[in-house]
Amino acid sequence: MAKTVLPFGPQHPVLPEPLHLTLTIEDEIVKEAIPKLGYVHRGLEKLAEIRDHNQMIYIVERVCGICSCMHALCYCQGIESLMGLEVPSRANYLRTIWAEMHRIHSHLLWLGLFADAFGFESLFMQFWRIRERVMDLQEETAGNRVILSVNQVGGVRRDISAESAQWILDTLKKVEKETLQLKSTILDDYTVKLRTVGKGVLTKEKAYELGAAGPTLRASGIAQDMRQTGYAAYSELDFAPVVETDGDCYARTVVRFNEVFQAIDLVRQAFSKLPEGELAVKPKGLPTGEVISRVEQPRGECLYYIRGAGKKFLERVRIRTPTFANIPPLLDMLPGCDLADVPVLILTIDPCISCTER
Amino acid sequence: MFMTKTILKNLLTKYATRLYPFHKRETFKHSKGELKIEMDKCILCGVCQMRCPSQCIKVDKQAKTWEVDPFACVYCGVCVDVCPVKCLYQESLYRTPLAEKDMVVHVQQPKESAEPAAT
Repeated sequence: MAKTVLPFGPQHPVLPEPLHLTLTIEDEIVKEAIPKLGYVHRGLEKLAEIRDHNQMIYIVERVCGICSCMHALCYCQGIESLMGLEVPSRANYLRTIWAEMHRIHSHLLWLGLFADAFGFESLFMQFWRIRERVMDLQEETAGNRVILSVNQVGGVRRDISAESAQWILDTLKKVEKETLQLKSTILDDYTVKLRTVGKGVLTKEKAYELGAAGPTLRASGIAQDMRQTGYAAYSELDFAPVVETDGDCYARTVVRFNEVFQAIDLVRQAFSKLPEGELAVKPKGLPTGEVISRVEQPRGECLYYIRGAGKKFLERVRIRTPTFANIPPLLDMLPGCDLADVPVLILTIDPCISCTER
Repeated sequence: MFMTKTILKNLLTKYATRLYPFHKRETFKHSKGELKIEMDKCILCGVCQMRCPSQCIKVDKQAKTWEVDPFACVYCGVCVDVCPVKCLYQESLYRTPLAEKDMVVHVQQPKESAEPAAT
């Protein structure tokens, strides 16, 4: 059969956000995929020129609707290192707790969306029901459900009281129990396995060569996690990256599923070691110099380049989000797969397009 | 087969969702909602205007007015944190929807006993 060119997206039932792929198919087998980005570009980096470095915290938080807390954390870390600030220990632990709660809700959201991508709608609803508990935790502790606005230069803006801490631990116990009940459905089900096992294999060498990030990279057998660099309170917590070796859709699901439990464990550890003390130090001076700040988001490594010239306004803020790093591996996975598997494959890199385009 | 237990449990327990207009969700004590001001306490210093990331607050010292564009407010609560006299506060509920865009204007009366006028 002759080659057919099929436009996939930017509007497609499986895509939460607009990504366009021009697929060249032959007998329903994808031969080539060419991406097109830029549908939701908002120019947030440019805003650094007209908003001062404190206002930028709340702007970079809005880069992503799912990992907002980590964007602000990454940005604040960069500004703090430019100003030479030492963040109080309690603030570091609280940042870790909020970041890990974000990871739990992001992975539960993804597990739901992934179930929906292969047509398992009731599983999707189960995951999202569990996720709602985490959203409540965030609303109670930070004031907002998604955009937490808890980070500030020099520390955090809110504290978590002892009662709230107990409530969080109790709720996370429920989250853990309920998620574990769904384990056999998402990981052992015959039909689910047919859609995931052996699909979209990304080899270890390719993953490294193409610069994959986050769960996509770890599912291919590379134990790389930015949390190992020990930012915030991670250097004092005990964890090892979740790694799978198969590199297929199933491996990526397993990595994200297990990271939910890892994150719950990290929250528990952080609460058990939570020190008393101040929440923030007062920043002095203005950011001068340039810095690269990195954090591990649910989707992978996020990188901020910040350059300040001793003025209120920063000279440059450059954001590299994990989805941007994961698009080349996606283009490597797509050729050779069935057209019906394309939505599943796109979902397994956990695309966050508005992050990528900022 | 793996879902059987979950399905049975769902059949026997109550709804996961609420019957909204009749059963409303309780808000949390520290939820960040609509921005309000106690106008008689305000000293019109303009710090909230300077720090607001969405620049939705306008303070006019001459006319003694404090304006907020509720449609531009992003509920971050920075203004509440930085206010030196703590005259700003956030309700725990979101603002109700409106049909038309409008600024919320508060005028400070010359005498302290006067009530703030909201339009």
